[in-house]
Amino acid sequence: MPQPLNYLKETASQTAGPYVHIGLIPAMAGFDIFEKNFSNVLTTPNTQGERITLEGKVLDGAGTPLRDVLLEIWQANASGRYNHPADRSAGALSEEFRGWGRAGSDFESGLVTFETIKPGAIIDRAGRTCAPHVNVWIVARGINIGLNTRVYFSDEEAANATDPVLNLIEPPVRRKTLVATRSERAGKVVYSFTINLQGPEETVFFDV
Amino acid sequence: MNAKASALRDPRLNRPEPFTPPLGDGGFFQRDRSIHPPAHAPGYKSSVLRSPRQALLSLENSVSEITGPVFGHNDLGPLDNDLIRNYAKEGDPVGERIIVHGRVLDETGRGVPNTLVEFWQANAGGRYRHKKDTYLAPIDPNFGGCGRALTDDTGYYYFRTVKPGPYPWRNYVNSWRPAHIHFSVFGSGFAQRLITQMYFEGDPLIPVCPILTTIPDKDALDRLVAPLDLNASTPFDSLAYRFDIVLRGQRSTYFENRTAGN
Repeated sequence: MPQPLNYLKETASQTAGPYVHIGLIPAMAGFDIFEKNFSNVLTTPNTQGERITLEGKVLDGAGTPLRDVLLEIWQANASGRYNHPADRSAGALSEEFRGWGRAGSDFESGLVTFETIKPGAIIDRAGRTCAPHVNVWIVARGINIGLNTRVYFSDEEAANATDPVLNLIEPPVRRKTLVATRSERAGKVVYSFTINLQGPEETVFFDV
Repeated sequence: MNAKASALRDPRLNRPEPFTPPLGDGGFFQRDRSIHPPAHAPGYKSSVLRSPRQALLSLENSVSEITGPVFGHNDLGPLDNDLIRNYAKEGDPVGERIIVHGRVLDETGRGVPNTLVEFWQANAGGRYRHKKDTYLAPIDPNFGGCGRALTDDTGYYYFRTVKPGPYPWRNYVNSWRPAHIHFSVFGSGFAQRLITQMYFEGDPLIPVCPILTTIPDKDALDRLVAPLDLNASTPFDSLAYRFDIVLRGQRSTYFENRTAGN
């Protein structure tokens, strides 16, 4: 017998269930309990960067929006730097931007909205430039293990064309499932995305 | 470049860097999907239309995955880990008083310090304080049903609550959830993000739960069942259950002495 490899095993995932709001967004469950709450607003008045609204829906295999889904996003700041000690790139850090938020979908429309800034391009550890993107994590009733995907930006065509992750996606026609469309509404910049859990337009999900 | 680094340069490879430790790049161990429920688990009917059908695209961990949000005590309130008191209006909630405690570890066995753990549950009658829950068991006016804690330097967390009740749900006509507490855990990188559920030793509903039995691995299922821990119980007050949570291991010799992150 060889020596044993004494690694532990990861704890198994379980669905977040239909009442995930109680624990993570209690105001949506219908009550007020914590002094401080996490939210879908990532910015403070002093955050640097272009203000954007990131909005979208998650559709099931029948094309119906999930109305009990919860999304979290994690992103770099406008300088392309994540607010975490493992990011040792050169971009400036800001105390005014944690880079993380969570949102539950509207119980009627299924719309999910974040108020944030557009992240900068990221230099990865191999020195490659990665197109600006937002990392997305999706949980809900019926989702047994959180789904990881990304949102890229439609006005970053040149950067998207050389992004090392987008270029892994085959066939290339599926790359567009990760690109949010830019528009302006009442003077605000809005990026709209659709996440399809199944079907011919199924979004690319990652095993990270 | 100093003299030592210069001596290490291999002119054939033009590589000024010395060979680095094998567990030093900060990436996470590949996730072992065989111990997790599959996305498409037809016995849990809600998963049928909500499960991707294409293969997941495997990504080598980049800075986007090895980083993640950092939380601190400023994010929490003093009663956040006390579900017996954090929503009490006129008195204590009804139910068996329990303490739940344990450590958040990674697959190398190291504690994950300063990480946010969130938890939510039904009340002692199996009813959630949620506008969408219509089960006939009553709301407890003194019980909210959620809390959160930050692990200490060793990865340890604890909270107190009342034991949740089982409840029926629409899957089969007679499907019941075993008593359980939902857990959300962050870890130090976004790729470690995990939501799971803790169950209670001895619950007869465990082997017949359509959600719990989506887990294909018997040992992985057993690891979601918290044993009674009399050593941590408070005499004449509360029983205790022990629940350790394991997140993906990190190839992390660079960061292990940092106070933030892992």
